[in-house]
Amino acid sequence: MDLTGFSVLTAIIFIPIVAGVVILFLDRNNRDLVRGVGITAAAAVLALSLAVFLGYDSFVKAAGGLAEQQMSMLDAGIELSGAQMFADALAFEQRVVWVESLGIAYHVGVDGVSAPMVLLTGMVAVAGVLISWNIEDRLREFMAFFMFLVAGVYGVFIAVDLFMLFFFYELAIFPMYLLIAGWGWVKLREYAAMKLTLYILVGSVFALVGAVAMYFAAGAFFSGGGADVFQAAVESGILPADSQPYSWSIVHLTLAAENGAYAIEILGIEGLSFARFWFPFMFMGFGVLAGVFPFHNWSPDGHVAAPTAVSMIHAGVLMKVGAFAALRAGMQLLPDGAQTHLPWIIFLTLINVVYGALIAFRQRDFKYVIGFSSVSHMGLVSMGWATMNLTGMTGAGIQMFSHGAMTALFFGVVGMVYDRAHTRDIPSLGGFMKVMPWVGVAFVIGGLTSMGMPGLSGFIAEFPIFQGMWAASEQVSLQLGIFQLSNYYSIIVIVSALGIVITAAYVLRVAGQVFFGEFDAERFHDVGDIATTDRIVLILLGAPLIILGLYPPIMAPMIESGIRPLIALLGGG
Amino acid sequence: MEGINLWAQLPSVLPEVGLTTLAIVVLFADLYGAPGTRRNVVFISAVSMALLALVPLIWTPDPALYENGELLWGGMVNYDPLSQIFKVMLLLAGAVTCLMAAGDRGVGDKGEFYLIVIVATLGGVMMSSASDLILVFVALETLSIPLYMLASFRRGDLRSAEGGMKYFLYGAFASAIMLFGFSLLYGFTGTTNLADIASAFDGGLEGGLIAVMTALVMVVVGFGFKIGAVPFHFWTPDVYEGAPTPVTAFVSVSSKAASFVLLVRFMTAVFPPELVLGGVVMQDFWVNLLVVISIVSMTLGNVVALRQSNIKRLLAYSSIAQAGYTLIGVVALQGPDDSLAVASVSFYMFMYIFTNLLVFGGVILFIAKTGTEEIADLAGLNRRSPWLALFITIGLLSLGGIPPTAGFFGKFFLFQAAVNANLVGLALIAVTNAIIALYYYLVVIKIMYVDSGPDDDKSIGIPRAYGWSLGITAAVVILMGTIAVTPIFDWAALGSLGL
Repeated sequence: MDLTGFSVLTAIIFIPIVAGVVILFLDRNNRDLVRGVGITAAAAVLALSLAVFLGYDSFVKAAGGLAEQQMSMLDAGIELSGAQMFADALAFEQRVVWVESLGIAYHVGVDGVSAPMVLLTGMVAVAGVLISWNIEDRLREFMAFFMFLVAGVYGVFIAVDLFMLFFFYELAIFPMYLLIAGWGWVKLREYAAMKLTLYILVGSVFALVGAVAMYFAAGAFFSGGGADVFQAAVESGILPADSQPYSWSIVHLTLAAENGAYAIEILGIEGLSFARFWFPFMFMGFGVLAGVFPFHNWSPDGHVAAPTAVSMIHAGVLMKVGAFAALRAGMQLLPDGAQTHLPWIIFLTLINVVYGALIAFRQRDFKYVIGFSSVSHMGLVSMGWATMNLTGMTGAGIQMFSHGAMTALFFGVVGMVYDRAHTRDIPSLGGFMKVMPWVGVAFVIGGLTSMGMPGLSGFIAEFPIFQGMWAASEQVSLQLGIFQLSNYYSIIVIVSALGIVITAAYVLRVAGQVFFGEFDAERFHDVGDIATTDRIVLILLGAPLIILGLYPPIMAPMIESGIRPLIALLGGG
Repeated sequence: MEGINLWAQLPSVLPEVGLTTLAIVVLFADLYGAPGTRRNVVFISAVSMALLALVPLIWTPDPALYENGELLWGGMVNYDPLSQIFKVMLLLAGAVTCLMAAGDRGVGDKGEFYLIVIVATLGGVMMSSASDLILVFVALETLSIPLYMLASFRRGDLRSAEGGMKYFLYGAFASAIMLFGFSLLYGFTGTTNLADIASAFDGGLEGGLIAVMTALVMVVVGFGFKIGAVPFHFWTPDVYEGAPTPVTAFVSVSSKAASFVLLVRFMTAVFPPELVLGGVVMQDFWVNLLVVISIVSMTLGNVVALRQSNIKRLLAYSSIAQAGYTLIGVVALQGPDDSLAVASVSFYMFMYIFTNLLVFGGVILFIAKTGTEEIADLAGLNRRSPWLALFITIGLLSLGGIPPTAGFFGKFFLFQAAVNANLVGLALIAVTNAIIALYYYLVVIKIMYVDSGPDDDKSIGIPRAYGWSLGITAAVVILMGTIAVTPIFDWAALGSLGL
């Protein structure tokens, strides 16, 4: 496979970076130019992301395409190699060696899980620029940092090199810190920005140490006992011809995982394999950003303190970065560890779902409601990963996209209301449907999505997750000393379904109070309808919820094709 | 002794010869030059040192020589890639320091400042290739004594005098202890050559174990002082705060880099892994010793830095922590792949020199323009001088290890070396420390970008020459974090070949 050609993904990373640098050099008083460069870059990136999404879609669905290949292999009962399947699933690849002696490469590509995320990032980037159209204070710096943030997020989604994944992951954190600390809600911003940054970095650096350990374990394996596996992989083209035994490539590390490089015993403790030891570091390290309980605490404060555009990208995309990296660097590279640990981690995700929803229900601040609802919904994503079967994980993949668009829409709505009403106190708001009908409709669509109403994307995301849990119930068991806990996934389904009920309660409460209650004409006399840019934001983020809800095949087969390699790695058929 | 082929061996000491010549030229140019031409001293010094930095790149050592451990100049000088890397580093550090000091009143307008910087650099350059205890000590003092003078350079300033005096007293004490350690080593083995000491030990030394360990600890004390590691760090905050800022910048990089290269060389040469005395593997002993020093330095440096309100003191404690991180690379020498360990130390020092000069360069300018050293007074710097704020930010991010700066790779290589040497626990402690450190770096950045101060509307201009030196350093820091990683890392990885 020739990987040296230029990939459109490279353009997707570098357009925002270049735009950010250009914006920093512009005249700070020329606001139109700053906005112009910003929106041009964001729109270009969105267009390219859409092209990637559609291109990948046809790559999957074409006659003889990826989905058909995978299915025929399954039907033929060939023993599937997860690494092989993952390598086959990558498209739009480009690889440039970066630090040769350490096996680090700039290597980009998308698979079925990341392609929808690329599209989502593009949507939220455009929406973020539009909603920040009228920022008064240092628009130039805001826009530049926002562009760097977008580039960092993209980098994580399209990285096929684990080192590069970390590089972009940490690259995204600093602009986010400045955006929240500099432009956020004055009361909370410094505290929240620092808390968020430290939480996320702590998680990621612990994961980084785990990744370094994996790199050496895989390298030692491939230069020792697994040399023949390595040779065969290079010859069959799974790995590039210039590969070395020590490499950061995710394909390479996956291959090592599959062939038992991480089954070695460590610390001299019986039963404690390398994979089992490091999995919690990798999964929870990134899980911090996905808001996994008990590390979710940064999230509501961070979302509330952030300026609207940053809340949108943060809850909409960045939390998915965490869930995505937990999948890619945790489950995919350490499947043995996943099988050991996810059966108990699922309890944490259950707490996320139910407890997050309960707290959201009790909030008076509009933005906190949405903040905690993100904690609750992201719990469903991790729960989906924990099913470890095709149905559940595919549902989680769809949930990542669905929740991303939905929560960005919610934060957009909150921002629009707050900008005009200057309060987010739910009891004092009311009747906003009359003055801003677009916003009201958008909130209702988002709200119905989050309740999992059929016909909207939330349903086709959450239903498979629950279905997958039922299916997994018979396979998964948890060994606690001498006790064995089995069939408990079904109980978790029932309890987490409560979370959905509570979600319905708080969504209806907010909708009823804010949009349909009594309008205080005296207090809100200067509240007017929203601008055209805001309408574009609402359409951009709201429409996909409906389209995906009515026509799931636009995304479901793609995500399934991305999950199948993982299922093969996890030992399923 | 056979005759020395001077001509063939000249390239190995060409930078030293060049620096000595330069020192004489600068001395006379300053003494006898017309008043108008004295300003040229700055440029003569800076440009000459930058050009001398090319010498090790042009005349590269012969692998056949250093891979066999052959020494030049009567067994005094190593001519290997490791010494070349550090020579380039130290010369560039000297050049940038000269440029940055140029505008500093009371420091940069005196010709002898440049003379002293050149002589100190000469000491550092000699240290990076020394292979004999005698030369090690001479080089160390050639570096240290000019630094004592520099620290008290602002004679009229009490803080500067205090800092210089403290530095001198601590330094002389540490040197004496180290010299005592050296003399013990000589007494046991009858040789001053580093490599010969190890083989003399190999011959067997019954009963002297405690004494050898004492000698080793004494040497470590000397190094600990030089790199500013805990518990030998007490001079650091006062000297950093008291010394003129360009001097602080120079002290923080040159003395540290030169000491680290010597530490690596000394430990691998005198106490190699195969050396077992009285049933004790000497490598395990010094590795454990340095692991403890590393952990304590990182933790104490970072925790105390959290409480600082003076930017120079903050950087002083941060440099203590940075010394702790770098020691990780040194202890990783016990691992299976010492090229990774040596490369991580060299890369870290290379990036640290530029990063620290960048931060200090920005701070020097800020202090010169506003006269205040309080962190709180940095408020609103983004509005007063966006470029200055950006330069300092890049430097702080690199110190904190955030991409796309050099510091990210620097830390990454160190952690990688640690994991490879089975020091996962140390790596985990180090990453925890990196987070603590990031907190106070971020606070400074936040103050510059978010807070507003009373002088928000008074803009700060950057003189052109100064802007260039800051710009180039910043560019190096970014390049070393992106596309220039490979060449520099690969070069640094050669460093282990001559050990």
